[in-house]
Amino acid sequence: MATRTETMTVNMGPQHPSTHGVLRLVLELDGETIVNAEPTIGFLHTGIEKTAEQKKWQQIIPLVERMDYLGPQSNSLAFCLSAERLLGIEDQMPERVTNIRVLLAEVQRLSSHLVWLATHAMEIGAVSVMMYAFREREQILNIFEMIAGFRMFPSYFRIGGLREDLPRGFHGVLKPFLEQMPERLDGYEKLLTKNQVWTKRTVGVGRLSKEETLAMGLVGPMARAVGIPYDVRKAFPYLNYHSYDFKVPTETAGDVFARYQVKLVEMRESVKIALQALDRISPTGVYDCGDYRIVPPPKDRVYTEMEALIQHFLIYSQGFNVPKGECYVPVEGPRGEHGFYIVSDGTNRPVRIKSRAPSFYACQALPMMIKGGLIADVIAVIGSTDVVMGDVDR
Amino acid sequence: MADIEVPILTTTVEKMVQWARRSAIWPVTFGLACCAIEMMAMAAGRYDVARFGAEVFRGSPRQSDLMIIAGRLSRKMAPVLRRIYDQMPEPKWVISMGACASCGGVFDNYSIVQGVDQVVPVDVFVPGCPPRPEALIYGIVQLQRKIDRSRMSA
Repeated sequence: MATRTETMTVNMGPQHPSTHGVLRLVLELDGETIVNAEPTIGFLHTGIEKTAEQKKWQQIIPLVERMDYLGPQSNSLAFCLSAERLLGIEDQMPERVTNIRVLLAEVQRLSSHLVWLATHAMEIGAVSVMMYAFREREQILNIFEMIAGFRMFPSYFRIGGLREDLPRGFHGVLKPFLEQMPERLDGYEKLLTKNQVWTKRTVGVGRLSKEETLAMGLVGPMARAVGIPYDVRKAFPYLNYHSYDFKVPTETAGDVFARYQVKLVEMRESVKIALQALDRISPTGVYDCGDYRIVPPPKDRVYTEMEALIQHFLIYSQGFNVPKGECYVPVEGPRGEHGFYIVSDGTNRPVRIKSRAPSFYACQALPMMIKGGLIADVIAVIGSTDVVMGDVDR
Repeated sequence: MADIEVPILTTTVEKMVQWARRSAIWPVTFGLACCAIEMMAMAAGRYDVARFGAEVFRGSPRQSDLMIIAGRLSRKMAPVLRRIYDQMPEPKWVISMGACASCGGVFDNYSIVQGVDQVVPVDVFVPGCPPRPEALIYGIVQLQRKIDRSRMSA
């Protein structure tokens, strides 16, 4: 009897515990090997960019924070920086505000990478790492709760500065946390880096070449894992990253293990930057650019002066106008270059905002990485790309 | 027979079934958006939902009896959600977690279903954007109370 071989099509997702949200993959299998893979996106399309067109400038910050929900403050930072460039208030920003922004952006990167590590390790089978990583993340969320009263989406970065001054005792909480973090990272590495189960599931899996990475427009940890030392913080320094001492880690293998190594070193570098920033920040001081057309006056003045009250009322009812123009300021988010292209027609609402979402590009490169591999490796590859579906679909 | 002491509790079948159902709620791993991260935090060490017997997250809806709808539900996802709900065996319960799942939240637009109760019947709504893990645990406790009060259908 003649044997007949044919490929089998398997649907993975959108409800799957390891697709990091609602990603759907249509896999064509030849036995255990993947012949073809096609990601289907849009299951979390939220219409944030469209909704933002109906909102006043300062109302958009909570919206964009819900795009990439693992690194919310890098979204709001990117949006604020774009809006501030159009407003022309970049140069008026006090050094203290810039340093606090650097600090929180790095702490946000830490928290995002911790969730990545937790879920990635859990999916490959190291459940204990998830418990440890979430323990540290809870400490970070405590700090966010301290600054703004909200665990995940603090909306602490505002156009023109920060929401309010740092809370009392901020340094005393953050410093011990940052100082113990390298030790905790050693702990994760002890659990994973030389673990045979971990290396067998990650080394040589989901390999990408340098050319493919560039062709797919991948930046951030994905690009650094193939040896492209591109980091927006170094290439196009924003805020005052040029004054901080940090390295951009690179690996050459371009596989899942290399991405893991890059991200762990990135976390160490983030701790380094955050500690430097913390030393530069005074416990109390200025927290906005002082331009009262854009930032509301301090509360004690609102309660005592008529003009301040009027100004406060104007900002919260009508908003402020942003000069006509278009602009894009990228930041280095936890997943790579992240930015908002914003268009203003001179009114108090944007005409269009468009987000450059790093997860979207990573999602696009998924078939390249999983084709030819085994079906069990799909999970490892998805985990290593660190896609956030909120960021892909928006 | 006085020398043999066998401890005995008397109860009704209904009460025992309610006790069994509420003490081991198995949620389906169904994360949509931001709220799913808080749902994970609820299962992790600090909040430890295992204290309330609801920590066994199942990858398959066929093994679960609770669906926590964690996040915004898009119109594209709504049929998928309904199918997963239909795949769950009876008795089953639904917690709508967060503002988006409950009423659309800030996303009052073309793509988001304005409340998952349009798609599946919801037992407990948990407010918040996202709700704190404590809030979700409170929601689960409320659901347990609801199960305790429910009558077994004939």
